Amino acid sequence: MPKITYLENNGNSKTIDVSNGLTVMEGAVQNDIQGIDADCGGGMACATCHVYVNEEWFDKLPKKEDGEEDMLDMAFEPKKNSRLSCQLIVSDELDGLIVSIPSKQG
Amino acid sequence: MIKTDTLIIGAGPVGLFCVHQLGIIGLTCEVVDNLDKIGGQCIELYPDKPIYDIPAIPECTGEELTNNLLEQIKTFKTNFHLNERVEEIKQDEKKWLIKTNKGTQFETSSIIIAAGVGSFEPRKFSTKEIEKYEGKKILYSVKDKKIFKDKTVTIFGGGDSALDWAIELSNTSKVILVHRRDDFRGMQASIDKVNQLKEEGKIEIYTKYQLDSVEGDNKIESINIKHDDESIKEIKTDYVLGFFGLIMKLGPIAEWGLNLDKKTIPVNTENFETNKKGIFAIGDICSYPGKLKLILSGFHEGALAARGCFKYAKPDEKYRFEFTTSSKIVKSRLGIKE
Repeated sequence: MPKITYLENNGNSKTIDVSNGLTVMEGAVQNDIQGIDADCGGGMACATCHVYVNEEWFDKLPKKEDGEEDMLDMAFEPKKNSRLSCQLIVSDELDGLIVSIPSKQG
Repeated sequence: MIKTDTLIIGAGPVGLFCVHQLGIIGLTCEVVDNLDKIGGQCIELYPDKPIYDIPAIPECTGEELTNNLLEQIKTFKTNFHLNERVEEIKQDEKKWLIKTNKGTQFETSSIIIAAGVGSFEPRKFSTKEIEKYEGKKILYSVKDKKIFKDKTVTIFGGGDSALDWAIELSNTSKVILVHRRDDFRGMQASIDKVNQLKEEGKIEIYTKYQLDSVEGDNKIESINIKHDDESIKEIKTDYVLGFFGLIMKLGPIAEWGLNLDKKTIPVNTENFETNKKGIFAIGDICSYPGKLKLILSGFHEGALAARGCFKYAKPDEKYRFEFTTSSKIVKSRLGIKE
């Protein structure tokens, strides 16, 4: 099972086995990772599952759809390596992915 | 003081159907919602997105669902108190006394919280120490556009609110528009208009910039904006407007002594009552083993919560279950003439 590492904003690092097909957001919510709210439940309608993707991983991920960039306008402190974790679907290619969670979601 | 059998907090689909369920069992209700329109997330987040899992409706948009629900409850002539947020609730013997942020007061025997993920509020700037300017020189909505006349206004954001106000205020103010990326996501006509105004020298546009800091004591002297490449630019401005959309916050609900699990309210699945007698929670905001955050689950929860309210509204009467197909009294409540 792919391993995803979540860097919480309190400095904790948690590495979780997340099944293929789940999103990085679902992996966080189901494992009590702090700081991913996912208010809309994965509908790309709220920007509260915002994460920063570790630099070396950013280019390896599938590109953003238009709607994701629009929602990121509304995220808290968006940066160049910002993504919505509900749009990152876990697969073997993502094994080892590291994401950092912003200091808050809104 | 408005007296009612039940107060519903939240005018989303679940709150609306609950109005129907209260109505057919003969209970009155009033509805409060912090948004300026009826429909909750369906209207605010996805009015045009099709929904495919409403029973017996193969496909409908958030807006269509809201309009159909309104049609279904039209006969009850329900009062909606929009742009209002319930701030305080207080128990007074067997009644609940409720006050909104606008000062509206209710007396009710039960409360149904159908508030989704909480109330929608503007997203704010993340910059530190910005609070002292907020509400005066840094604003997230425009109440009186006259205050900007002949002033410099810096608008942040890339959606329709930011573009519309940039266009509107450029008639009477100096407008500077700042956005975090090159693409704007508003309507194409607005984007074209803004670009045209830029050509004409009526609007200044800075893209790939975000707010970095604010200078000045009570008044803003100037702001610094930071480019993606970390370079800083100083802008002299009188007002700052931020349009970053809305975020959902639980708000005052968290302070009413209800048990909370993360941002949800645990309920029993018999009638969706919370740990407080007479307060019920339905829809996305409630939690119980097996909870699904679906509109259809919220309809079921509302039907049972409405029956749960009956004993508080009419303690001396016994609730009788009746079908809409056969009950004369239910039909008369629905305004159906035979």
